[in-house]
Amino acid sequence: MSMSKGGMPIPGDYFTMGNFACVEGAILAGCRLYAGYPITPSSEIFERASVRFPQVGGNAIEMEDELGSMAALVGGSFAGAKVMTATSGPGFSLMMENIGLAYMMEAPCVLVNVQRAGPSTGVPTLVGQGDMMQAKWGSHGDLETIAYSPSSVQEFFDLTIQAFNSAEKFRTPVFVMADQVVGMMWEKLHIPPAEEIEVVDRQVMEPASKLDKEHPLFDYARDFLPMPIAGMGSRVNVDSLTHDSRGYPSTDHDVSEILNRHLMGKIKNHEKEIWRWEESNLDDAEVAVVSYGSAARSALAAVKNARAKGIKAGLLRLITPWPFPDEIVEKLSRKVSGLVVAEVNYGQMIHPVRENSRCPVVGANWAPGALIEPRAIVDAMQAVVAE
Amino acid sequence: MKFEARITGLGGQGAITAGHVFGTAAALHEGKEVVVTEGYSPYVTGGWSRADVVISDEPIDYPLVSKLDALVTMYQEGLDINLKMVKPSGIIIAEQRLVDLSRVVGDKRVFAIPAASVAESLGKKVLMNIIMLGSMVALASPHTLEPLKKAVTERFPKAAELNVKALEAGVALASQAKQGGIEKLV
Repeated sequence: MSMSKGGMPIPGDYFTMGNFACVEGAILAGCRLYAGYPITPSSEIFERASVRFPQVGGNAIEMEDELGSMAALVGGSFAGAKVMTATSGPGFSLMMENIGLAYMMEAPCVLVNVQRAGPSTGVPTLVGQGDMMQAKWGSHGDLETIAYSPSSVQEFFDLTIQAFNSAEKFRTPVFVMADQVVGMMWEKLHIPPAEEIEVVDRQVMEPASKLDKEHPLFDYARDFLPMPIAGMGSRVNVDSLTHDSRGYPSTDHDVSEILNRHLMGKIKNHEKEIWRWEESNLDDAEVAVVSYGSAARSALAAVKNARAKGIKAGLLRLITPWPFPDEIVEKLSRKVSGLVVAEVNYGQMIHPVRENSRCPVVGANWAPGALIEPRAIVDAMQAVVAE
Repeated sequence: MKFEARITGLGGQGAITAGHVFGTAAALHEGKEVVVTEGYSPYVTGGWSRADVVISDEPIDYPLVSKLDALVTMYQEGLDINLKMVKPSGIIIAEQRLVDLSRVVGDKRVFAIPAASVAESLGKKVLMNIIMLGSMVALASPHTLEPLKKAVTERFPKAAELNVKALEAGVALASQAKQGGIEKLV
């Protein structure tokens, strides 16, 4: 059943792949430029975008590599488009430098990382969640990050739209940290009518002719600033160097402090409205699993199995791993006697969980290119209860 | 009710496509909860590929298969590697020409289906996967047959008739295999 008949996505129920659902979500969010370099297991996103984007008046271009892809997103963003790319671990590594550029220039863009098993080129076709820390700390300098982690085909669609809305509002690169299981999984997808979908568009800067000459280009006292768009009459003076309110490079400490505080603050000051999480069986839980993405589905099965064994288990699913919902985890850690962090890596999000917890925290980690099994998570729950 | 199947073959045989068609039939035309996951080796053609299908009346948490109600295989290692995953009450549908069944003689769960030669007689080798699917559904999930016809028609609108014919051929082969048993076929 065609989801589009060659135009905008048609509302209805479909049985489709996560990677395809991502593209339809991007189209509904208003994205019209895809720049990328194909890589398993994200390639279906590029493949579908290259068919679908031209059908809705957009473009999908194959760049020479992931450095170029990310640079094209920054350029496309300042040309006024909503832009995206999709990649996996090796490509994500190559994008890091220009992710910093997008962050510094405040260029809204969406990067989908369909994570596979690593390190290096690893196991290209199999699942991993090994890029969670890279999403936060991969680019140099201090960056605040917004990242979403889908656990189902429906959520991959929904969170792709949400990622664009956050990118536009916060004028920053936003990550959708999917993984091979969710990206290549087929499930039911409900596409709602377009009028039921909230779409956020960036504020665009007034043409220079309409602004007072003394008016600073960027008022860093405010969190959300209008964006200068090329060809719209505004001065597009954007720089990767630390810059002042006119956009000019500066080595002044005050300028540096103001800019860095602005870039981090616009996310940090609003993190509570960004945080998204889902709780299952936490009301009477004595032990809780913290998980995200496809691993969270394994964790939910583990919670049910543990309850069948008489362990009062619950699940906190992080829909936004970044910014890290520290207060939510801290509150939970005061209620339960132990936390298990289940991930398809050898221990990444366990670090912020542990940093914010007041109870013992253990990891359930398995990342040989396969989804962690519920029984390994149940074992970890039993271990933490015994501690 | 939970039903788990693995359809596996070599790149190009259409194992994953068969999984998508089966999943679509159960999800959209039977109203079930369905997850299809897929895997393939990092080679262009000729490496292993597989679709895993989980069908349930309840929302599905853990999305992968663990114990198979049905295994469909169109290559030798598909049998060798996955045999241990099949439940005692499960079934194994093996392509007769491509899989040597001598090691499973006497295993009543095994059905040898001559899908490759029947696909050739229908005029298109690529129908093998759909014939295998027809046999598997006839033996393990007969109520999915009508939904499956709808799903192949949607998936292959230009070759709908031929694919429905392939499904029906698979059903007929399953019934023969059931009567004849594997001992007579190998």
